Amino acid sequence: MSQPILAGGRSPRVAGAAARWALGKIGGGLFVLWAVATAIFFGIRMIPGDPAEAIMGGPGSQASAEALAQARADYGLDAPLYVQYFSQLWRLATGDLGTSYSLKTPVSEVLGELVPPTLVLAVLALLVAWALALVVAVLSTRSGALGSALASGLEIVSAAVPHFWLASVLIMLFATALGWLPPVSTNAPAGLVLPVATLALPLAGFLGQVMRDTLEAAHRSPFALSARARGESETGVLLRHSLRHAALPGIALSGWAFGSLLSGAVVVESIFARPGLGRSLLSAVTARDIPMVTGVALLSAAAYVVIMAFSDIAERLADPRMAGS
Amino acid sequence: MNAAAPILRVENLDVSFGETPVVLDVSFTVNPGECLALVGESGSGKSVTARSLIGLAGPGSAVRANALEVAGVDARGVSQRAWRSIRGKRVGFILQDALTSLDPLRKIGKEIDDALRLHGSGSGAARAARVVRLLESVGLDDPVRRAGQRSGELSGGMRQRALIASAIALDPALVIADEPTTALDATIAAQVMDLLGELRAAGSGMLLISHDLAAVAKVADSIAVMQGGRIVESGPAERILGDPQHPYTRALLAAVPAGKPRFAPLSPASSTASTPRPDPPQGSQAQAGCRPVLRARALSKSFTVPGGPDFAAVKDVGFELHAGRTLGVVGESGSGKTTTARMALGLLAPDAGTVELFGEPWSQVPEAARRTRRSALGAIYQDPLSSFDPRLSAGSLLADALSFGATRNPRKHLARIHELLALVGLAAELAGRNPATLSGGQRQRLAIARALAPNPRVLICDEPVSALDVSIQAQVLDLLDDLQRRLGLSYLFISHDLSVIRHMSDEVLVMQGGAVVESGATESVFTAPAHPYTRTLLAASPGLAPRR
Repeated sequence: MSQPILAGGRSPRVAGAAARWALGKIGGGLFVLWAVATAIFFGIRMIPGDPAEAIMGGPGSQASAEALAQARADYGLDAPLYVQYFSQLWRLATGDLGTSYSLKTPVSEVLGELVPPTLVLAVLALLVAWALALVVAVLSTRSGALGSALASGLEIVSAAVPHFWLASVLIMLFATALGWLPPVSTNAPAGLVLPVATLALPLAGFLGQVMRDTLEAAHRSPFALSARARGESETGVLLRHSLRHAALPGIALSGWAFGSLLSGAVVVESIFARPGLGRSLLSAVTARDIPMVTGVALLSAAAYVVIMAFSDIAERLADPRMAGS
Repeated sequence: MNAAAPILRVENLDVSFGETPVVLDVSFTVNPGECLALVGESGSGKSVTARSLIGLAGPGSAVRANALEVAGVDARGVSQRAWRSIRGKRVGFILQDALTSLDPLRKIGKEIDDALRLHGSGSGAARAARVVRLLESVGLDDPVRRAGQRSGELSGGMRQRALIASAIALDPALVIADEPTTALDATIAAQVMDLLGELRAAGSGMLLISHDLAAVAKVADSIAVMQGGRIVESGPAERILGDPQHPYTRALLAAVPAGKPRFAPLSPASSTASTPRPDPPQGSQAQAGCRPVLRARALSKSFTVPGGPDFAAVKDVGFELHAGRTLGVVGESGSGKTTTARMALGLLAPDAGTVELFGEPWSQVPEAARRTRRSALGAIYQDPLSSFDPRLSAGSLLADALSFGATRNPRKHLARIHELLALVGLAAELAGRNPATLSGGQRQRLAIARALAPNPRVLICDEPVSALDVSIQAQVLDLLDDLQRRLGLSYLFISHDLSVIRHMSDEVLVMQGGAVVESGATESVFTAPAHPYTRTLLAASPGLAPRR
């Protein structure tokens, strides 16, 4: 086709397309949040047991029948299910996440305390995973077929390792046997090393596989040959051409990766006794703390929606060919 | 020829990958202002030869030569660092297909700027001005805007010009061009060749690499023909084109369809099988009253463009294809050839107009009513590999086609599969092979065999030889000729290559911008073209006449 696909510059048409895109993302995000709230509302009621008991301190509390009835009335648990559902949706829509059954404090306050440590963990893990994946990819393209095969094997193994196993091995090795790092995580740098490594290694395996493939393909491509024929060094080909191509699938995967880090945090925070969203979600589910579970789930879903939108934007910035689509 | 020292001197060049020799004992020289064409088919070692001249023969290669003087430098045993100061500055290298040879993520201005920056040429602002001047000098309109665009936003011809601009940014004394026009339409290819001719006229030495003697005939001063890693014949262009000595050179010349009459064999392998067409065949002009096998009336088709006006791909196109004859459709990319073919196949509903098959309605009836008659119509395409299910062997593909999708077990149709393979000149053993392991020519033969499986009367051939080397193209064209004679097939033959169309067609449609600008009997259209566009196509079509 001899027609240029898209002329340079921002036309009103492009601005209109951007607005449509943003509206679509917001609408899709709201739909996801509604779906999550609904799934949680009905899903948690399928767990056997009485929420009123959870409010009174769990099945071991031996609360009297009157006290339980009072708790049900206080929390609106005696109303018909659909009334509970719609009043719940209304409260959520107005920004009221309710009060935690077990902690007896507003869920929003609890979340405010829990979000920063989990965010630190997830962001660090994502950065470390990217760095590892890139380093392995670059080293393997420089070391020929053997290096490539070795890197591929390493990536498959690390991508396949489950978090709980990796965490236990790392604790036994670096905390128990060598005593270099604390087995319990704090926000001090040393306390972050093991949890971040546990989350980052499997992710680095995933990212590394797609990025190394693309990097090797870009390195062999005709445009890399053109660049070399122009007098570009191997480092120049890497920095100005191949790495950018390799980053594209990594960026596309990072939205998904961030979601997987949030779910990985449930295991890692529990094992390393680290305060955060993941560990609280686990204890809230065990305690049937419906408002807490709902709050954590909604927050994770919202984070996921936002991250996906960001990774979409990043992808468009990195690959101008997508701008029109 | 020239008193000046040669800009390129190669003596006894050997290149091997591991134990496998790829280039053997190759010697040539290029003087300033001269163009040497290195011609041979895929795998003859010509590209590896070119790449070893700039130290990029590839990983695992061993390069040996008694002399390798590139732009005044003894290039034997030169370090990678020293190579980098030669590449781009003293030697410009132009690759085939600029869509993949320019980084799709970067602006073309940046790509050209790299060549200047890497060799320390001027400040940023001075380089930016030079980039614009370079784009202008290679004939791009609006060079300031073009510098900010990426290769995907440019047409094929513009991309190739931008790539040339990046290669000649520093006025290299030697330009190496590896198939610089292979992916381009004839008129664009002619313009790019003119541009390369200007560079040579300005004093650059040039090494031009191609599989097609016709593509280099107009610019080359001398020609070296390569086969199996060796130069089998070399000399001045007039002698090679006019008085070839080596049988391989003769075969390459014979393979060029330009100027070869209809049904004249193009490849030596098929000359024995050639018999004159039993004339007149069922549906010649003599029986003009006979109804056409395929008839299109006033076909039109538009496509919606997001955010823009509709694009009229085909406008008011009509044609008649008669039994046993070939109707050629010629035009450049975007002229509506393929859209017309898809409507003829009943794969795309026309906005207006009708297609009739054997006088019965075809395009206007629902697919359910067409299905029983589909076997009468076959199709082959430019890229056969992507039209094959990659998990199926050649035999399974044919079984699938023979049984109309009921079975893929080749044993159920073994006799007929062998018959089909023999018909297209493939050995029966190939039935077990995966098409990905076949050569380009074998794949197209397999695609033809598959198209013939349900005994069609009409074959729609959409650019069937455009991805093939000239010598392989010759074999496939000879095969199509032969099949037409033996089976009485009718062809709707689509190509951007005027010489191929002229050699293959009885009647021809010339298309431009979705409309038919001229049609009629092939020879009368091309000997006395009435429309200016036909004349432009004719002038751009490369022949074998050497440069004056």
